[in-house]
Amino acid sequence: MIRLAVVGLGKMGLSHHAMINAHPDVKVEAICDSAGYILDVLSKYTGIRTYTDYELMLKEVMLDAVLIVTPSSFHAKMVTAALERGLHVFCEKPFCLDTKEGEIATILAQKKRLVNQVGYHNRFVGAFQEVKRLLEVCAIGEVTHVLAEAYGPVVLQPKSSTWRTQRQAGGGCLYDYAAHPINLVNWYFGAPTGVGGTVLNSVFSEETDDEVFSTLYFTGGKSAQLSVNWCDESYRKMSTKITIWGKSGRIYADRQECQVYLRNTAPIPSGYQQGWNTRYTTDLTEPVWFYIRGEEYSAQLDYFVKCIKEKKIENVNSFAYALETDRVMSMMIADAGKGASIKSDDALPEVKIRKKRFLFN
Amino acid sequence: MDRLLFGDNQFFGVNHMSEGKARAQSVRFQDIKAVIDVLDNAYDEGVKSFMCTTHDRITLVCDHMRHDPVRYKDFLFFPCMPYAHKYANAMTDHGMLGAIKRFLPDDGFFDAAIRGGMSLAKKDIAGITTLLVDAEMKMFKGLNTPVIFLQNVVVDLLLGLGFKEAFCIFANHVKSKYNAEPGFITMNMPKLLDVLEELGIENPIVCSNINKIGFRMCGGVESYERALKEKKFRAIAMSIFASGAIPPREAIEWVCQQPNIESIVFGASSRGNICSTKQLVDEYWL
Repeated sequence: MIRLAVVGLGKMGLSHHAMINAHPDVKVEAICDSAGYILDVLSKYTGIRTYTDYELMLKEVMLDAVLIVTPSSFHAKMVTAALERGLHVFCEKPFCLDTKEGEIATILAQKKRLVNQVGYHNRFVGAFQEVKRLLEVCAIGEVTHVLAEAYGPVVLQPKSSTWRTQRQAGGGCLYDYAAHPINLVNWYFGAPTGVGGTVLNSVFSEETDDEVFSTLYFTGGKSAQLSVNWCDESYRKMSTKITIWGKSGRIYADRQECQVYLRNTAPIPSGYQQGWNTRYTTDLTEPVWFYIRGEEYSAQLDYFVKCIKEKKIENVNSFAYALETDRVMSMMIADAGKGASIKSDDALPEVKIRKKRFLFN
Repeated sequence: MDRLLFGDNQFFGVNHMSEGKARAQSVRFQDIKAVIDVLDNAYDEGVKSFMCTTHDRITLVCDHMRHDPVRYKDFLFFPCMPYAHKYANAMTDHGMLGAIKRFLPDDGFFDAAIRGGMSLAKKDIAGITTLLVDAEMKMFKGLNTPVIFLQNVVVDLLLGLGFKEAFCIFANHVKSKYNAEPGFITMNMPKLLDVLEELGIENPIVCSNINKIGFRMCGGVESYERALKEKKFRAIAMSIFASGAIPPREAIEWVCQQPNIESIVFGASSRGNICSTKQLVDEYWL
């Protein structure tokens, strides 16, 4: 039995708590949150041991692992404290707002050989896993461009201030929404060599961004464009999607399906054919032991548990991978501050135009 | 309960297979008249029970039915509450307490104020739950609601947390105040049955995915088959086509072979689809 504590009981924390509590190999020993109310209700009705003081909980409760599901600005400190006590850590995304702190935590986890994982659940979505598999077998040939998008209805009017509405606290469309498609791009193509043309724009929020656009540059001339907006009411809920153009075809994927067009120049993977192919979530999704809100949320926790049981430190969502995404976001913030790279009144370099010559001149 | 219940996912752009299909459905059913037309088709084909989320737009359907009690005298609503996105969004904005407060009746009637205020202060879940149920049930006033369901996100969250008492509170309130049967929707049917049994909720109505390919049947097809054979409960099968992954005839043939299923809930957007589903069920369900 793995002894575990859940830290932070907001929307994500509660659902993580419910899922992991139903896991046959896990015993949730304690929960911790700064708000006493929810703790009291859970303690009264489920008998769980509760703490408002994280350090005290770490001191008093015998644990093997923690789930850190607090606002992002607390991650670095809480993750480090748990690692120092030799605990395996699952942390919600984004990993650390300060990439220096993220590096320290990553090195510490590696040094102590502890399981470290971040909650980028899209890496557990069947359709996105299929994209990874197709890229590994070069199904669409050399990739030239990627469009990574996320849209949803989170901020639809000016709101009162909470941590989610402040970038300094880890709130905003960049950290909350854009982190997901960026992380997918990192998963498929690694870290970009640079970013440009970043726009972090407010639509309704006063203290943070609501829409995010950027270009990510990769080695070999490959590029990715990011388009994210969380003020889009035309979406019923968050939708993350990826489109990838290769020399031999195109892949489109969202949570539900993976559509692939393969040209006749493509090495056709087994089960696929030239032209259009569609794989749906119903055949791409592995069953889970307990379901609340999507197989991927259950699957990532089950994977964390398995890694602990098998003492497997390599992780598809390790701190090191999440740090790649944190770095991209830091680069984007710096880039957005610069504004346009060429202004309309800048003197442009003269372009040499080859004059047409008549054949018999 | 009727053998066939009519579901509402198609009306609200819920499609587990394709975002494109979901959007096409949202566009098609933008006007509530389109929803009511399909409900009329179902009703005229003898599918008279509508299992629906307590989505704001259902209020318009309720108004329509209330205005013509003669035409819709046999029309039954099976409300499924809460409409989770409403609460999830409110929770992001206002925190958990704030979200609950927002949905408690605020029109100042005495009972709600006392029940709500006192319950919140005393962390008394019974008071809060019953008030939230009442708030969701407002739109169905004067209509026939013989079964009232708790949605799967809430059922499965409570199940995971081990917050068992909430099931009893819900069941008791639905029985006593609305003279209705409580129903539970879940993606973890065998596990839920164990808990309901332990709580002494007898012969419960439980709606879960039951389909040939085991799509979203947590615990596995075998444990579902065992539960259907051995447990005493009133099973409703949903997602029998697994969002279109199983051809209709094959899907219905398989479901109709399973023991002890009382009803099937299905969604359709046209009279043709309603008819063909009904015909297949009549053919295979002996």
